[in-house]
Amino acid sequence: MDKTEILIIGSGPAGLKASLSAAGQGAEVTLVERDPFLGGQLVKQTHMFFGSKEHYASERGYKIAENLSREVKEHPGIRVLCDTTALGYYEDGIVSLESGGRFTVIKPQALIIATGAQENTLMFPNCDLPGIYGAGAVQTLMNVHGILPGKRVAMIGAGNIGVIVSYQLLQAGVEVPAIIEAQPRIGAYHVHASRVRRMGIPIYTSHTVLTAHGRESLEKVTISQIGPDWQPVAGTEKELAVDVLCISVGLTPLTELLFQAGCSMAYIPELGGHISVRSDTLETTVPNIFVCGDVGGIEEASSAMVEGSIAGLSAALNLGFGVDSYAGKLAAARRELDDLRRGPVGEKIRSGLERLSSFREVAQ
Amino acid sequence: MSDKTIICRCEDLTVEEIREWISKGYHGLEEIKRASRIGMGACQGRTCRRHLIAELARANQKKPADIGLSTFRPPTKPLKFGAFTGVDQDD
Repeated sequence: MDKTEILIIGSGPAGLKASLSAAGQGAEVTLVERDPFLGGQLVKQTHMFFGSKEHYASERGYKIAENLSREVKEHPGIRVLCDTTALGYYEDGIVSLESGGRFTVIKPQALIIATGAQENTLMFPNCDLPGIYGAGAVQTLMNVHGILPGKRVAMIGAGNIGVIVSYQLLQAGVEVPAIIEAQPRIGAYHVHASRVRRMGIPIYTSHTVLTAHGRESLEKVTISQIGPDWQPVAGTEKELAVDVLCISVGLTPLTELLFQAGCSMAYIPELGGHISVRSDTLETTVPNIFVCGDVGGIEEASSAMVEGSIAGLSAALNLGFGVDSYAGKLAAARRELDDLRRGPVGEKIRSGLERLSSFREVAQ
Repeated sequence: MSDKTIICRCEDLTVEEIREWISKGYHGLEEIKRASRIGMGACQGRTCRRHLIAELARANQKKPADIGLSTFRPPTKPLKFGAFTGVDQDD
């Protein structure tokens, strides 16, 4: 049977950094990725990151993916398996994989789960019409495959993803008649929201989609204002003629493997739903299984990378690697995470993590 | 919400059908799944689970956190039988 010291599942920002940090401590790493390429969601992020230099400020997501992927592939301590999906975790610590249509198994000494998240959907009449997409799917179509999703696109959700994708649709020559947001305020960072407002896209806060219309595919949507009770306000309906409705209403962590491994889970809505209870070094309640990135709670790429480093260092330490350098590297990563979660932007994350830590005592 | 709104695309189930199961007394996620097949299709509930939990929470006047989940079993994605034919004997 195939064996490895540290198995890392998922090669998004968290998994790439976890691979580099674990291998950097001397551990032998196997990185599996279900796509044919490394990088996860970074590969379609054409916008610039901000923050400080060590958080890749002013770099574009796909460039970060290119650089980290090259580093990972060139590292002699990392074996990369693309086109490989992790299928299951079994109680004897074996992970099953599908690779090129074949079922295989691998036994790691430590496991880092960096499977990321999936897009949430919305339920409304005709929500299954062709032309209704997740915002991430639209971003993949445009930025990875160079395909326009349609001519006129309404966006549901004024968080960062909704607003950034709206801007990218405009750049691609697509009309965006409206961004619709159920919350009474815009969730996206100010710079992103201001940019789409300057381009003339109206953002309707406290609004929702009531119904979609169309015969073969989407032709128009009816939107309406919602009151403080979250119910539609009669008489405020508006119709928008669009051939695409793009839905960006949050993400849910992809936690199947954590459930299979028997990790203690907690329901933390601020962090996207069920996530695993974990230590400060991102170890779950099952020894030698770690989480990092969105699967451990929905956040963003910069913090996913730092979490990846922490999980990689800590998994390596568990196996006896990097004992001397661990404390210093961990402290530096901790400082970076604290920086990223500071201020009003990080408030939701901080309160979610605080709630999660209250489950820690229960689990122990 | 119109009754014909699709809640589970894989199994082609409407909200109306799920509410009928709930009104018949199917109040847990696991039992409603077994009765209706909701969440048992290709996506394994990744699309509909949140909506089903919301429906059950509303009907039972519970919090979504208290609805509970069904068991997550391998494999995480549909596989062809051929995938299994190459496994070594000692595995």
